[in-house]
Amino acid sequence: MSRSVQVTMLVNGVEHTLAVEPRMVLADVLRERLDLHSIHLGCEEGACGACTVLVDGEPAASCLVLAVQAGGRSITTLEGLDGEPTMTALQTSFHENFALQCGFCTPGMLVNLFSLLEERGSSSAPTEEEVRTQLNGNLCRCTGYQSIVTAALQAARSAGAAREDS
Amino acid sequence: MTARKTFGKPILRREDGRFLKGKGVYVPDVRLPGTAEAVVVRSPHAHALIRDIDVSEAAAAPGVVAVITARDLTDTGVYRPYHKSPPAFADLLQPLEKGHDVPLLAAERVRRVGEPVALVVAENRYLAEDAAGLVRVDYEPLEPVLDAEAGLRSDAPVIHEELGDNVQSRVRVEVGEPEVAMAAADHTAAFRFTIRRQIGSPLGTRAVLARFDPEEGCLAVWSATQMQHLARKVIGGILRLAEDRIRVVCPDMGGSFGGGVYYEDILIPYLARRLGRPVCWTEDRRENLVNARHARDQIHDVEVGFDDRGRVTVLRDRILVDMGIANFYGLVVPYNTISHLKSQYRIDNYEAEATCVITNKTPNAPARGAGRVTAAFVIERVLERVARRLDLDPAEVRRINLIPSDAMPFDTGVPYRDGKPSVYDSGDFPAQLEMALEGIGYHDFRARQARLRAEGRYVGIGIAAHMEGTGFGPPESAIVRVDGTGAVTILSGSNNHGQSHETTLAQVCADALGVDIETISLRDGDTALIRHGGGTFASRTAVTGSMAVARAAAELRQRAIEIAARLHGLDARGLTVVGGVIRDGSGAPITTLAEVARRAGDGTGDGASPGEDARLEAIGSFASPTVTWASGTHAVTLEVDRDTGNVRLERYVIAHDAGNIINPAVVEGQIVGGVVHGIGNALSEEAVYDDAGNLLTGSFTDYRLPRAIDVPPIEVLHQEFPSALNELGIKGCGEGGTVGAPAAIVNAVEDALRPLDLRITEMPLQPEKLLRYIHEAETESSELP
Repeated sequence: MSRSVQVTMLVNGVEHTLAVEPRMVLADVLRERLDLHSIHLGCEEGACGACTVLVDGEPAASCLVLAVQAGGRSITTLEGLDGEPTMTALQTSFHENFALQCGFCTPGMLVNLFSLLEERGSSSAPTEEEVRTQLNGNLCRCTGYQSIVTAALQAARSAGAAREDS
Repeated sequence: MTARKTFGKPILRREDGRFLKGKGVYVPDVRLPGTAEAVVVRSPHAHALIRDIDVSEAAAAPGVVAVITARDLTDTGVYRPYHKSPPAFADLLQPLEKGHDVPLLAAERVRRVGEPVALVVAENRYLAEDAAGLVRVDYEPLEPVLDAEAGLRSDAPVIHEELGDNVQSRVRVEVGEPEVAMAAADHTAAFRFTIRRQIGSPLGTRAVLARFDPEEGCLAVWSATQMQHLARKVIGGILRLAEDRIRVVCPDMGGSFGGGVYYEDILIPYLARRLGRPVCWTEDRRENLVNARHARDQIHDVEVGFDDRGRVTVLRDRILVDMGIANFYGLVVPYNTISHLKSQYRIDNYEAEATCVITNKTPNAPARGAGRVTAAFVIERVLERVARRLDLDPAEVRRINLIPSDAMPFDTGVPYRDGKPSVYDSGDFPAQLEMALEGIGYHDFRARQARLRAEGRYVGIGIAAHMEGTGFGPPESAIVRVDGTGAVTILSGSNNHGQSHETTLAQVCADALGVDIETISLRDGDTALIRHGGGTFASRTAVTGSMAVARAAAELRQRAIEIAARLHGLDARGLTVVGGVIRDGSGAPITTLAEVARRAGDGTGDGASPGEDARLEAIGSFASPTVTWASGTHAVTLEVDRDTGNVRLERYVIAHDAGNIINPAVVEGQIVGGVVHGIGNALSEEAVYDDAGNLLTGSFTDYRLPRAIDVPPIEVLHQEFPSALNELGIKGCGEGGTVGAPAAIVNAVEDALRPLDLRITEMPLQPEKLLRYIHEAETESSELP
């Protein structure tokens, strides 16, 4: 057992100062210490994407980030995106297109797609190929991806339209 | 049955809300105060004697609660996983079936990499893993047996002495006169096909949490298993606890694709009882890939006889199944292969024998498409070879062999696993083939293929059929009840790990009871809800779970009508229930289910009548008389990159029949997801072992599941031929997509490479393997004079 160190990070807009072992993984801190259970651990080696969070706005596999590396950074999980118009559009289109089955990969998919849609803004909706490329780090064993891609494209259209209206 | 108002409609999933917010509760999300965490110390050897285990250093490590080895397991029964075939089947086919004990923790000998040797329990996982590294096991390596053929050699080490040799089971079936037909055939051919080992690989790994209450003698277990009631029975048997003192709960699960009761489902409850505090265990991905849901791994030696028109008159197959160290499921997988091999084709003379061989690998178990993926692969490879040999169009060879629609229902002559005849209960296979061919544009593709070949490109088209006996297994049961607010609750003995049962079973209930779907809520996956439950496997819940719900709802409806009739002095025969309102023959409202529940439902209201059974709750149960047969025809186009061996799928069409469809969008999700599982099985997923028996593909970077960019547009075409075996006319659809996909894709790959005239005899076809085929074909052709 190694000595704990203090780390301060912004998680979903709230500052947390935690004593963690230097070896502790961010995903474990988010799940075990902050009860953010949208973080799902499917592989613990960055290959499945189920633990995707935003680190300073960029998608990252929280199983490959040490908690100490998150010091001074802003971490956003699916819980923190609740109510964001783009996330609402994604959640609605996932529901309408049957884009989830067991739901295990869903939070990671949503967070990753949120990042893509936000980055694009209303100027250019992503193509199907761009969506598939974006999702290449997120495994789904249930849906076969087709419904997820359809949902993402629909959300991109509706989020874009919503932005233009506002 | 009452009018179908929600049945057949693409009702949006009622379970989505929690998952879309990240609020699903999977086993690792269930928290109990004071929980310790276990890790499993596993064998690094495929075969070795254990000389000594020294746990002293581990036991003294910080935060360690306990270290347990086989020596400590003095207060448990034995795990004897093997189960005999049902008597009706055994009497008919007289299979060889041998059993042996499986140690929960290895004592004197380890027999595979990953076998549990010790358990380390600590205050958290980090500390448990630290200590696990300090458990010293002194092994003396033995020679491992790493494939079925090696296991059969006379000088092979015997892995379980109890068995006498490495043959665990053997089953053989014969239909018609294969010997005579083979001698009389216009043409004969022989092939060997190899289907490599593959892994179910759900995204959520297994996990178990257990708590034991010594005062009450009650054990509660949360497990990611597909069959909570079976788990309860197995746990009770080994831990010597009454079944009714055990509650097994399966909360949300991250998929499954092949299940059962594993060592850890027993060991973690054991630890909770022994240590007097809750214990949890969450498998990591490497553990999952090494230990769980290994499947396929068969060798087929096939002989076929056929006539000049390509009609197959006789098929013989000798099947070797590499079972790994134990057969937990008897003849399920090998006999599924045998009973599905003839597929949609009329083959009058047939002989098949499967031998299950014990090896030093992970147990071979049913996983999505259990036994059927290999059957479809073999028969479709055979038909492709027949077409090539006679220079016929592969579609034409299928047409000539398909069972005609006027022959339905069709008895294949092969008994099913329940000992009953395999009778395809309904369907139209020729129409299904044409549907798929038209969907993929078969005719036009051939023209395009000719043009592209002239440009030096390798594009191909493949077709394959699948059959799937669905709805197998024990009865399923369900309770349906309504309370005084009108809320309807379904308690199902089944288990939901992504199949949308909160939606589909509610659809069935809404129609059968006569209520709006919004009033219904489903609970399942918990032995405390209902005494008996089968679980979800064998594509069975749409068949058995739905029927159980429909029966319970119909009984509840009738009881409510009778009470309403008594309360209002009416004749029950004229009353109906629509939207939760009980109406008379003219449609005028009389009362509501909610009011009947309030006034009479608990036997104490103002409408209660002494002696009347007024419970607004009914239980329904259903076991399918035998399997109901779902079918599909797959068609795929693709291009092979000759320089890299990479396969790019272009389009995929599947025409399928799952009988009456409860929810077309849910069915489509099952089919498309199944096809993509099959794409992985065809092109990228292989459990590779090295010469010492180590699994080399222990991560998702090595065991490669299909990703979003690997998947082409997939079009699902529905046929609906109602099953004759249940009143709802439902057939299962959870696995069919997977069953036929590898066969269709491998056929298409070979078709694409036709200019090289190569013959593919195995799956999967990773790029490096396909390159080897290509190079071999090129070398051979350059050696020709």
